[in-house]
Amino acid sequence: MSTETASQPVTAVANPPTVPLAAGFDARDLVRISATTQQPTPERQLTPVAKLIDVSKCIGCKACQTACVEWNDTIPEIEENVGVYENPHDLTPDMFTLMRFTEYENEETNNLEWLIRKDGCMHCEDPGCLKACPAPGAIVQYSNGIVDFIHENCIGCGYCISGCPFDIPRLSQRDHTVYKCTLCSDRVAVGQGPACAKACPTQAIVFGTKDDMKAHAEERIADLKSRGYDNAGLYDPAGVGGTHVMYVLHHADKPSLYEGLPDDPVIAGTVEAWKGPTKTIGLAAIALAAVGSIVHNVMTRPNAVSVNDERQAGDIVDAAAPPDSTPPRRDQA
Amino acid sequence: MSKDRVYSEPGDRIVARQPVVEVHRYRGLTRLNHWITAILLILLLVSGLALFHPSLYGLTALFGGGQTTRWLHPFLGVALVISFTILALQLWKLNLIRREDITWAKNLDAVMKGEEERLPEVGKYNLGQKFIYWSMVFLILLLIATGIPIWYQYFPDVVTTETRRVMLLTHSIAAVLIILVFILHVYAAFWTKGTIRAMTRGTVTGGWAFRHHRKWLRELAGRQRVDPAE
Repeated sequence: MSTETASQPVTAVANPPTVPLAAGFDARDLVRISATTQQPTPERQLTPVAKLIDVSKCIGCKACQTACVEWNDTIPEIEENVGVYENPHDLTPDMFTLMRFTEYENEETNNLEWLIRKDGCMHCEDPGCLKACPAPGAIVQYSNGIVDFIHENCIGCGYCISGCPFDIPRLSQRDHTVYKCTLCSDRVAVGQGPACAKACPTQAIVFGTKDDMKAHAEERIADLKSRGYDNAGLYDPAGVGGTHVMYVLHHADKPSLYEGLPDDPVIAGTVEAWKGPTKTIGLAAIALAAVGSIVHNVMTRPNAVSVNDERQAGDIVDAAAPPDSTPPRRDQA
Repeated sequence: MSKDRVYSEPGDRIVARQPVVEVHRYRGLTRLNHWITAILLILLLVSGLALFHPSLYGLTALFGGGQTTRWLHPFLGVALVISFTILALQLWKLNLIRREDITWAKNLDAVMKGEEERLPEVGKYNLGQKFIYWSMVFLILLLIATGIPIWYQYFPDVVTTETRRVMLLTHSIAAVLIILVFILHVYAAFWTKGTIRAMTRGTVTGGWAFRHHRKWLRELAGRQRVDPAE
């Protein structure tokens, strides 16, 4: 068996290597680890990768969902048909990606547009889930940009769900850990592109280095603009430092048209405050109170009862006692 | 003749006059409930701190790991709310703010130095104790109100994600504050000698009552009976 390591895939369509290869990246390539004060500084920097989803080329076939289920070996629950195209109704712990369908009446062109967006983890450069996570090593980020959940470290608190600006992670009530798209980290590590991109029949989903994907997006945007989509553009939101899953949108000026894709996603100020100053100032205040108590105890005499206090108490109690009473003693009480 | 109680509550009484005066302050069930509440609060703050700061995550080992800590913490919280509610209902009346408390507050330096001769006579509780009481009431209400919506296992949908973020932030700030109040409570009881026995044996000495809660002592002195039939 070859001990050669797999190189990072630059496309999802290439056939897999025919010889077994060792993983091309692993824990040594981590750049962020959740709930860890000392972040790692890896020796090498992997080429950032990205998945590009061209919404204008999507036909809504859900091959990506099927491929995702198949590769990740999840079994989404069978649901009722309630008359909408989304199936299942939402992302679930067993469905990491979901086609979301919007019927948009474009008032400028008087056209009905069917907007289909493949929803799932955006693999933020600055991941809100990772920031919110209290469990060391439950959420990690590799230097190629992939954000991954390490299930054996997950405690199931759901903080990541609150931290995510895109509402992506889902808590499993079966094993009480949280699931989301891994960007097929286990495939990418051995030189293969994500399963969804591999399965996409129109190549609406493509995969490669982030630079390649941006260049490809430029071509697509130019093409869309030549067809009258003046606002076509790339969705790589700067508010989260850019993402490693990007969209080509025909209406890039209005991302929220696409079933609520955030117009300007950022990690919420409340989450930043909770995981930033509250943590440091809070712990400092607690330490200060503890030290302050010790200092006070050293600097002052204990507030102790004197013999005089006891005598005066006796006087008050005796003076007010009923005249014919014998004083009760401790042993009688 | 029976005077109304203003500074004391049923159960508070002079139990001995010799060799020193001894005053009953807390009944057995109140003491038991206090210690149940105390244990719950300590377990809550240890498990909560473990999930609050990465450097304290190791504390989860005390509870059998992160998953168990995450599961246990909210149940402890519910138990604390029950035990604390019983305690709070027993104590609220004598913790209402009175005129002498304002004078007491103006002489906080005397409080810090333990120079109680410079302080007004107070009833069963001084303003410091009342501050701890009302802080605990307010913070525990805040903690349970914010704790339920962030209890994701059972209440994933009671609030929107945006509201839940506010709840998480508020819960952590309230938790820090209650730890500060807890430290103040424990330290004050330790520094003011003769206090802790009120919650262990249930009684304090007359001198302690004279020094710290003279109005309470005077009222109890005036209520001494020979005959239980009044």
